[in-house]
Amino acid sequence: MKKTLYSLLFFFLVGNSIAQQTPADTQTMPFSIEGATAHLGNGKVIENSLIIFSDGKLTFVGSAMNKIARQGTIIDAKNKHVYPGFIATNATLGLVEIDAVKASDDEDEIGPVNPHIRSIIAYNAESKVVESMRPNGVLMAQITPRGGIISGTSSVVQLDAWNWEDAAIKTDDGIHMNWPGSFKRGRWWLGEDPAMKPDTKYAENIQEIKGYLENAKLYLSNTNVEKHLPYEATAGLFDGSKRLYVHVDGLKEITDAVTIAKQLGVKKVTIVRAAEADKVTELLKKHNVSVIINRPHRNPDNEDDAYDASYTIAKTLNDAGIVVSVGMEGQMERMNTRNIPFYAGTFAAHGLEKEEAVKLITLNAAKIIGIDAFAGSLEVGKDATLFISEGDALEMTGNILTDAFIQGRKISLETHQTKLWKRYSNKYKSK
Amino acid sequence: MKKLFFLLFFLSLTFSYAQDYFPTDAGVKTTENTLTAFTNAIIYETPKKVIKNGTLLIENGKVLAIGKSVKIPKNAKIIDLEGKTIYPSFIDVYSNFGINKPKRASSNSRSTQYEPSREGYYWNDHIRPDVNPLKDFSFDGKKAKELIAAGFGVVNTHMEDGIVRGNGILVALNPNSSDAYRILDTKSAQYLSFSKSAASSQAYPGSKMGAMALLRQTYNDASWYADGNMQNKDLALEALNKNKNLVQIFKTDNLLDAFRADKVGDEFGIQYTIVGSGEEYERITDVKNTNANFIIPINFSNAYDVSNPLLAQQISLRDMRKWNQEPSNLKVLAENNVNFAITTNGLKSVKTFHTNLQKAIKYGFDKEKALEALTTIPASIIGNNLVGNLTEGSYANFIITSGDVFDAETTLYENWVQGGKNVVNSMSIKDITGEYMLSVNGQNYSMSVSGKGAKQTAAIQLGDQKIKSKFSFKDDWIAITLNEDSGYTRLMGQTINNASVLEGIAYDTKGNETSWSASKKVAKDSEKKKQKETKQTPVVVLPVSYPNLGFGNIKVPETETILIKNTTVWTSEDAGILKNTDVLLKDGKIAAIGKNLKSRNATEIDGTGKHLTAGIVDEHSHIATSAVNEWAQNSTAEVTIEDVIDPNDINIYRNLSGGTTTSQILHGSANPIGGRSAIIKLKWGENAENMIYDNSPKFIKFALGENVKQSRYENGTRFPQTRMGVEQLFIDYFTRAKAYDAVKKSGKPYRKDDEMETLAEILNGERFISCHSYVQSEINMLMKVADKMGFKVNTFTHILEGYKVADKMAAHGVGGSTFSDWWAYKYEVNDAIPYNAAIMHNAGVTVAINSDDREMSRRLNQEAAKTIKYGGMSELEAWKTVTINPAKLLHIDDRVGSIKEGKDADVVLWSHHPMSIYAKVEKTIVEGSIFFDRIEDQKKRVAIQQEKSTLITMMLNEKLNGGKTKPPMKREDRNFECDTLEELKN
Repeated sequence: MKKTLYSLLFFFLVGNSIAQQTPADTQTMPFSIEGATAHLGNGKVIENSLIIFSDGKLTFVGSAMNKIARQGTIIDAKNKHVYPGFIATNATLGLVEIDAVKASDDEDEIGPVNPHIRSIIAYNAESKVVESMRPNGVLMAQITPRGGIISGTSSVVQLDAWNWEDAAIKTDDGIHMNWPGSFKRGRWWLGEDPAMKPDTKYAENIQEIKGYLENAKLYLSNTNVEKHLPYEATAGLFDGSKRLYVHVDGLKEITDAVTIAKQLGVKKVTIVRAAEADKVTELLKKHNVSVIINRPHRNPDNEDDAYDASYTIAKTLNDAGIVVSVGMEGQMERMNTRNIPFYAGTFAAHGLEKEEAVKLITLNAAKIIGIDAFAGSLEVGKDATLFISEGDALEMTGNILTDAFIQGRKISLETHQTKLWKRYSNKYKSK
Repeated sequence: MKKLFFLLFFLSLTFSYAQDYFPTDAGVKTTENTLTAFTNAIIYETPKKVIKNGTLLIENGKVLAIGKSVKIPKNAKIIDLEGKTIYPSFIDVYSNFGINKPKRASSNSRSTQYEPSREGYYWNDHIRPDVNPLKDFSFDGKKAKELIAAGFGVVNTHMEDGIVRGNGILVALNPNSSDAYRILDTKSAQYLSFSKSAASSQAYPGSKMGAMALLRQTYNDASWYADGNMQNKDLALEALNKNKNLVQIFKTDNLLDAFRADKVGDEFGIQYTIVGSGEEYERITDVKNTNANFIIPINFSNAYDVSNPLLAQQISLRDMRKWNQEPSNLKVLAENNVNFAITTNGLKSVKTFHTNLQKAIKYGFDKEKALEALTTIPASIIGNNLVGNLTEGSYANFIITSGDVFDAETTLYENWVQGGKNVVNSMSIKDITGEYMLSVNGQNYSMSVSGKGAKQTAAIQLGDQKIKSKFSFKDDWIAITLNEDSGYTRLMGQTINNASVLEGIAYDTKGNETSWSASKKVAKDSEKKKQKETKQTPVVVLPVSYPNLGFGNIKVPETETILIKNTTVWTSEDAGILKNTDVLLKDGKIAAIGKNLKSRNATEIDGTGKHLTAGIVDEHSHIATSAVNEWAQNSTAEVTIEDVIDPNDINIYRNLSGGTTTSQILHGSANPIGGRSAIIKLKWGENAENMIYDNSPKFIKFALGENVKQSRYENGTRFPQTRMGVEQLFIDYFTRAKAYDAVKKSGKPYRKDDEMETLAEILNGERFISCHSYVQSEINMLMKVADKMGFKVNTFTHILEGYKVADKMAAHGVGGSTFSDWWAYKYEVNDAIPYNAAIMHNAGVTVAINSDDREMSRRLNQEAAKTIKYGGMSELEAWKTVTINPAKLLHIDDRVGSIKEGKDADVVLWSHHPMSIYAKVEKTIVEGSIFFDRIEDQKKRVAIQQEKSTLITMMLNEKLNGGKTKPPMKREDRNFECDTLEELKN
């Protein structure tokens, strides 16, 4: 008994000592960062820059040659780089803590059609996985529910907060839909060939989706009908206040999804994952459809695909004038979200101009999720959400942060992991 | 009850087909005269011995005489076969004729069955050499009819169930006889496969490598049993020993399995006869080198329906090629002098047997070989010289045809089995096919008769106009009804002059009786047409590549002399980074490193502005394998990944594109003592055997933690279920291994146990452990067990909490091979930190960064770079974590892992600093052969597009010409990881 008590006590103490970092206080004093190479996020670079921000907003972004008064704390960032806080789109941070522990999993609600389900409610601002984003410069994320045909509604958060309300910088930015595939695996347990063959029900499946949204529209245009929460939630799709995110990969499926969304009068459409989007750039351009491309560190879909198919797609889309950002979906997506800078770097390695690659995870992402009015680039009047890196932040060897700010608040770069690092480094040093 | 039925059945047969010493109560006892002579035929006594205008004399089911001048006894019945041909009936040596598979064992419990269901037999239910299918055999009249129609006279059938399946029985397809006569041999062969028995739910083996290990252990135990060393009765081992001298027929489903089976057989001095997959053409040299006899299916696939281009683009080149190439398989086998028989096995319907065989012949398969593959070769496989030929004394099993049996136009009339006649197409039905001028009622029609036997039909035209008509030819009577605007005209008639003229009576539209006649036009036109048709569709077989899929090489790259000039060389040695340096690769080795090197005949590569490193070594990979986990026992030291290397995995090529040249293919983590590893070089295009290191260091996978204690099973029942149990399991196994080794070393006789042999190797320092591990408690535990039992742990892999016990690891001398930054995917990786590598390194542990992921293994250079970000390792040390350090952990650092004179020429040329995110691989060289080249890769992409386009055209043609098609299929990417549990099928 005593032992249990002790161990409980111990657990409590240890648990406390490795708790999450305390969110930073509201900015009271201005900061001036001087001498860094500033990557503005809009494709532009200022060498030897001066960046000043107070009350959470950028007040000056320009050359350090300008003879204007430096304010507040001056940070000498010579030979360093400044970037707007990186943004992860189509992420599930804070919805699951440990993949294999079901009790920690809140990403997928039951039922196939859930437009009314809102991710922000389950977002765990104190997740250990969330805090591990910050030392890599990932400071904002679109939190997206998963599963079903319509998974639910996403929201956008900043990653240094006490609770979900505090974290939210844009609630309910869009609705996420998983488009059916035109190929289907045979149900081997019913004695069918397990290979992937064309799904004979594909046309039927997409008609169902279309029918659902048509019914929703009809509902919304009538008054005096009984409340229907899911239909109610779709209103934003038709008035432009919510974006429709269609998670879809194939050439045929993308074409169908875009065509149908436009037929239904959905105002803003983004396709997500989009493995074969590079084959339909004309269509995407014509309908002003943006793309959240899935992380490039994944295997090509087909055996005969080029080994670098997932690396070169960003350039193809960007060259075609399509707004592209980088998303996370699939295995180990949460803990890997901190690798988003390196995903952008991989796109840069395979053809994309470096500042365009930065843009994918800053201004482009902000545009798609609708926060570009106040975030996504280093421009006067926008939030002072940014970080200083020792080197090129798209490089593993350069992405070493010295300071980071969210809305002007100087945030902690410590994490559960850095604490363990220090604790055990010291253990061996003391010997 | 069942037995009673069987008896009744048997009795009823004996009643009607009584053996001569059986009493009869049905009437007076009579004996039929069976002496029959077939004269004036072309007779294939054997495929090589053809008698023109010969006579075949048979009696009592056997050949009495054969030849040109056979004296026909007066009492013989004579059948004149003028213009016809006699062949020996065919033999199918791989069949399940008349024997149903057992019903799937029903299992009430949802938990896994680890124990056997049978008592008095081997410990594993899937070893069933004791199965004698005779008691389950029931002559299948319907199936027999199909086989007879296809020309088969004898089948070798067996119970198609289990890994060792028991003996076969040789059955004559003689429907009008009894089992007393038609069962020619009750122990004709022993059958084997890699599939489990449906009769048992026993979990082991859960993988192909488990099946191979089980087979080996069974052979070990059988000889131990034969020597009288076992106390107990084991009916399975007894049967296996009894069946030893039978031909051993091994069923496989794909080409890799054929090589695997042959390998096991060779180890025990058994040459299996292999039932192939039809894919033999893909690696014909290796097939030939097995020295095995083969039994080959001809179940050619249909073309894909590629009319929808969006769906068609999803079909892999590999699958499209198969359709084009597989009909050439028999030709390729024959040309390479592989001895093989042909089987109907795998065909959806026996009716397609001849059309497929004709296709193979069209693709260049020699007809004489075809006949051998259906007669003399299967007979020799089962060692029975009384079938498959018509030599005196052989069974009177033969077919009578209108001509060349492999010609589509030929009619197979009769198939005689054991002297009993089976009519397939009546010989009395004349062939009246041809073009006729039909005259009736003063009108001249043109009539074209086509088809075979009773199914001959006619198309009738008046001028250019088609006339609706009905035509039948039955019992020598022709009946035609013409349906014209004016009404029906009905004709009846017969053939005159050997079918060149038809005539008879007609009733016109008004019912008036008149006469009609039709005379054959000169046949030249139609023959010309035929010739044209064959000319129009020449057979094009696309070349096989190695491996036979997209990005494969038509020729496996050869070792070159290569001089890389003026580059930045990352040596991974004390020399560090050498700028503006040349490296010479010769005879597969690094020959020289220096400035201004020169070499005659060397291909020069300008390395200016580029970086040259040693090839990346991945300590933990699961690419290029057909299996990962033998999960069905808590210890499986007897299995080895070397058995299941899959050289056809596209991930080999993709890993090369990321600079990886060596991978340890590890067993998974489903059990504390896993299987042995394969250490391979990524020689894209080579076969499995050539990819595995020569004199490879011996490794085995151990595992700890959540996976081995089945944490995510709904109801795990296997010991251990806790980390406490894991420790005891190791102590138990090593205690037993010590005892085993002591007996072995004492020189006393001992039962060879592959599992104990492997563990003894560890105790003797001959085999190294790579142990999957996460939390500090279990890491500490295994080191303590090792100390206690007297062995060393070589490597902890994953080792995510290694940083917590780095000092203990350094003291034990164990290395750590870890992920750069993985965590949070399960409970035991909650405290995993990306600083792990740096802390362990600083504590003096040899640290490697590994993948355990087929995608990450193509960018390990970037993962190494993360050790700089997390924990501040130096560039040189960071680079070593993916080159010389893993090489050291794998005990191959004398061969690879650094750029040093004398080492293997495994090098990578990078466009940038190798740990930069912007670095791309220009060339990956393994043992002096260029296996990846960025420029060549671009060319391959174009070639794939072109070849697919060619194949799509071919498939569209096939569809347009009425060929059958099947829907497109998308090949799925396999994703093997540590905890993948595949299931061996049954």
